[in-house]
Amino acid sequence: MFEAAVYVTLKKGILDPEGKAVKNSLRSLGYEQVEEVKSGKLFLLKLKTQDRKTAEEEVRQICEKLLVNKVLEDYTFELREVGR
Amino acid sequence: MKFGVVFFPGANAADCFYVIDQVIGHPVSSIQPEERELVGFDCVILPGGFSYGDYLRAGALAGAAPVVEQIADFAEQGGLVLGIGNGFQILLNAGLLPGAMRKNENLRFCCRDVFLRVENSRTPFTNRYHQGEVIKYPIAHGEGNYYVDADGLAQLEQNGQVVFRYCNEDGELIPAANPDGSVGNIAGICNVKGNVLGLMPHPERCSEEILGNAYGLRLFLSVLDWWGIHTQEGVMTDE
Repeated sequence: MFEAAVYVTLKKGILDPEGKAVKNSLRSLGYEQVEEVKSGKLFLLKLKTQDRKTAEEEVRQICEKLLVNKVLEDYTFELREVGR
Repeated sequence: MKFGVVFFPGANAADCFYVIDQVIGHPVSSIQPEERELVGFDCVILPGGFSYGDYLRAGALAGAAPVVEQIADFAEQGGLVLGIGNGFQILLNAGLLPGAMRKNENLRFCCRDVFLRVENSRTPFTNRYHQGEVIKYPIAHGEGNYYVDADGLAQLEQNGQVVFRYCNEDGELIPAANPDGSVGNIAGICNVKGNVLGLMPHPERCSEEILGNAYGLRLFLSVLDWWGIHTQEGVMTDE
């Protein structure tokens, strides 16, 4: 079994109004040092796949087919083996 | 000709169904999202609303529904496909139209009447409008901030794929008339062939005078005209 942590973020240059709003709130709380906030999503998937290479390919397909909108978003993922 | 309206859970499909059935008085059937066969339809409508709660991204889960694959084949064969609001978002997610939707620039859900300029009146959906005509439709969306990169935008413009743009009452495309931040004030686009249209504003919500105006009715009548069907007597028109 594998567990995949998929991180989805907006591509560079794509307006991120959510991140901008959070940044403004942090500033108003006094955290003037915050230069940038980027919003994104985290998905945790559990796969009953046996080997790592297949699991990697499967997660990539899952991202491209559904989890990620490639016009706007980038993704990375970490894969780790877990017991049943 | 026959219309079909896809009934995704969470969509306001009944509004579109009502306009076809009761206002223009034409045959229409509901289509289920699990449908794996589309037979006998000439125009398929993806309605507005919040399909599957808009989880993940607006229109993302609906875009992966089995019926959407059928709709892609149907469009490929020249069938008419109309995506309104959430339906537009679904068409983008499914890759039937280029680009993507971001959250509204001001982060607010925007629900009001807007002015639109008809940029292409030669499509099957807009032939009852005049080129450059200023019309009024309602919008109701939080994720209608259309994005396409500079090359994509140039292509849309070159091919006449921009069908509606947000404008002011005088038809000027000023930033103040843009409710959500969409690039190029874009409110609706079609594919290269012109048989797939997606737009954020809601023509089905302004197809009778009692709803404020009937500008939207002409979009549905355009489809009938395109099929060479003259509006029957007794059917409401706005003329």
